Amino acid sequence: MTLTHPSRPVRPMPKSAFETRLLALAARWETALVVILVVICGLNTAASPYFLDLHNLFDSTQIFSEKGLLVLSMTLIVITGDIDLSVASIIALTGTFVGFLALHGVATPWLVVGGIAVGTACGAFNGGVIVRFQVPAIVVTIGTMSLFRGISYIVLGDQAYTRFPESFAELGQGTLGGYVPWEFLIYLAMAAVFAVFLHRTVFGRDLFAIGNNAQAARYSGIRVQNYRFLVFTLSGAMAGLAAVLFTSRVGAVRPNMAQGWELEVVATAVLGGVAIMGGSGTIPGVVLATFVFGMLSFGLGLINVPGIIMSIVTGTLLIAAIATPIVVRRLRLALERRREGNPRG
Amino acid sequence: MTSQSETDRPILSLQGIKKHFGGVKALDGVDLDLYPGEVVALIGENGAGKSTAVKIMTGIYRPDAGRIFVAGEEVEVHDTRDAWRHGITAVHQETVMFEDLSVAENIFMGHLERRAGGFLDWKGMRRRAAEILRELESDIDADAAMNTLSVAQKHMVEIARALSHDSRVMILDEPTAALSQAEIHELYGIIRRWQAQGKAILYISHKFDEIFAIADRWTCFRDGAWVGQGRIADVTEDDLVRLMVGRSVAQLFPKPEVTIGEAVLEISGLGNAREFDGISFTLHKGEVLGFYGLVGAGRTEVMEAIFGLKPIDRGEMRMNGKPMPHGSPREVIDQGIVYVPEDRQHAGVILPMSIRDNLTLPLTRALAKNGVFLNDRAEQAVGNRFRERLSIKCASLDQKVSELSGGNQQKVVIGKWLATHPGVIILDEPTKGIDVGSKSAVHAFIAELVRDGLSVIMVSSELPELMGMSDRIIVMHQGHTVRELARADFDAETIVAAATGLGRLQEKRHA
Repeated sequence: MTLTHPSRPVRPMPKSAFETRLLALAARWETALVVILVVICGLNTAASPYFLDLHNLFDSTQIFSEKGLLVLSMTLIVITGDIDLSVASIIALTGTFVGFLALHGVATPWLVVGGIAVGTACGAFNGGVIVRFQVPAIVVTIGTMSLFRGISYIVLGDQAYTRFPESFAELGQGTLGGYVPWEFLIYLAMAAVFAVFLHRTVFGRDLFAIGNNAQAARYSGIRVQNYRFLVFTLSGAMAGLAAVLFTSRVGAVRPNMAQGWELEVVATAVLGGVAIMGGSGTIPGVVLATFVFGMLSFGLGLINVPGIIMSIVTGTLLIAAIATPIVVRRLRLALERRREGNPRG
Repeated sequence: MTSQSETDRPILSLQGIKKHFGGVKALDGVDLDLYPGEVVALIGENGAGKSTAVKIMTGIYRPDAGRIFVAGEEVEVHDTRDAWRHGITAVHQETVMFEDLSVAENIFMGHLERRAGGFLDWKGMRRRAAEILRELESDIDADAAMNTLSVAQKHMVEIARALSHDSRVMILDEPTAALSQAEIHELYGIIRRWQAQGKAILYISHKFDEIFAIADRWTCFRDGAWVGQGRIADVTEDDLVRLMVGRSVAQLFPKPEVTIGEAVLEISGLGNAREFDGISFTLHKGEVLGFYGLVGAGRTEVMEAIFGLKPIDRGEMRMNGKPMPHGSPREVIDQGIVYVPEDRQHAGVILPMSIRDNLTLPLTRALAKNGVFLNDRAEQAVGNRFRERLSIKCASLDQKVSELSGGNQQKVVIGKWLATHPGVIILDEPTKGIDVGSKSAVHAFIAELVRDGLSVIMVSSELPELMGMSDRIIVMHQGHTVRELARADFDAETIVAAATGLGRLQEKRHA
């Protein structure tokens, strides 16, 4: 190309590479989350002698492992620029299905496969309606949120399924070496898989492209609708997996299971640094945010704080966490502007 | 209009202003003097630093170095209020208005007038607003809601807002973009009255007819540097273009001598339900095929359909002699056809993503390990190669595309496609909204592409560009191809007649 604008040599920034990298690290949202997590753990230790106990700590991971799984797939959906509000209801429907199968003597492996299959089907239904009829995801999933749980209510009413094979209970209640719950290990493994998927594969890059500008992504040959269908189906599969673990851990299925989780899951993703309008976010960020919420509710539980106070605290934390970086950025800009007031100074 | 007394001392004077953003210098020591009763035209390509200079004068940016003088006194302009205090106001290119508020409220927004007791003086402000509008000979009602006004009327309110400040210096940044010819003449009248009142006017425009009609003097920036200034009476259009781009207009269309090869893309009888029908043409190797038509003639629709973005109900497409099924953009790209859309910001680039990620977007899969895992090193290499080949002006490939100028963003879009080694590149209004210099860079680049054996389809509404670059021109009218002309038969009148539907009638009469 003819040089109309000869590219000028760019002046190097007057900072050492190390300093730059350190600053970049400090500016990362994940760093702030680590600090928040450490502070919460510190407060928990001060508040209760039972907190710093290996057994209790591992036990507490069961509070958030199932939600954490949902957060992972929700992260992909929100990055793509959509939202899935039906995940908790998929758990209810899937749990009901698994309970029904168990009641009729289906063996454990098939309970797991069946549960994940039903969840996947629910997710595919969401994705199919969204993509096929071009209805906004928030509308479709608000609809299926009532629909999926409604089916569960029709089947169960005020009854519950409580008969499961013993081997099935091992999934949600068993541990590795008496300490590490299988659930937590499954969660960590899935987090690693999602991290690689989102940050190190072509699919992940394409999701970010879609979330930042779906039109330009489409004009670049990215199959936007296929991806949207895919992430909703994946979200259903993860909800199916979470339902299997939940059912196994609790040993009972009621239609109100996991009620209200969808908002906690979205909140965790946002706390983890996922832009609610899509286009940015990281798996390490949302994993840290999952731990933050988990440790917070574990600590509050240890000092016997009632559930309603707990939700006030988590709500406040969420707003504070989102507002802080914005306020800090404003302050920094104001300082810079003042410094620029003395060009030579 | 000539300036008489007091012209020895400028009202506003910029001296040696410098400003850089990150590693990119936007202004590198520019000077600018505005005298009372004079209109100065500030000229320069997009990215020359004109808007940055305006933002420094109005206090939106602070200069890194240099001095600002108002009536001979050195001042600092910290914010818009400071600028108002010094009598400097600007009418910006894009109007920012409060749509649901009234005209008077919009005019006084930011400097609402108060009466005793600290209450807002709405009566006074309404009266003043009506006065200013009358002064502008505008019939806009000061109580009307903004959202009931036309774009031109909104622009008039923007000018009224500037006038509400009692300014000595009026800056007009591309003021005629939304105005009709009659309204432009009204604006000239307003500017002449300001001159008579002894105001200094800075007029920023790309349109030479306006500059020659209204300006007394010119000042030219190029690449953030001051190039020169002088009296309009002493220069010609050609002189100004040369100053802006550093060379003459005569070189503008570098049509290369390329031997046209065999047919590459053959389209026959293409049609869909509403937008176009009976589209047939053949694109040959090394050819530039121009598409002309009025807005709404269906040119973009045809190109988007070929690229797989719109449905096709009838017709046949053949690529390199083989039938090409109508598929998704991905499949079309794999066939070697790529499309640079007209709407660069929304469909071309992904602004919040890095230059590298944009450049490799259609390629990530081809570069990836096992077709799945991202290959950073290969992507960086591709990024570097096309940054160099297209001379994309940036500090680093990690920079966001949103930080680039429009011309450089266009280079990113083109680079993204070239990286896929296409055989056919469709350019939809490739030079729309970019300045003279970048335009000729795009033209030179098209020439280079066909020399390399690519085939180009160029959709353009600019006839000189189309006639300068094309081997053949196809004219569309209301969704149909109505005329095809070989380069030897290019004639502006014939082409425009065909585009307006006249050519078709004539042909029928001849038949």
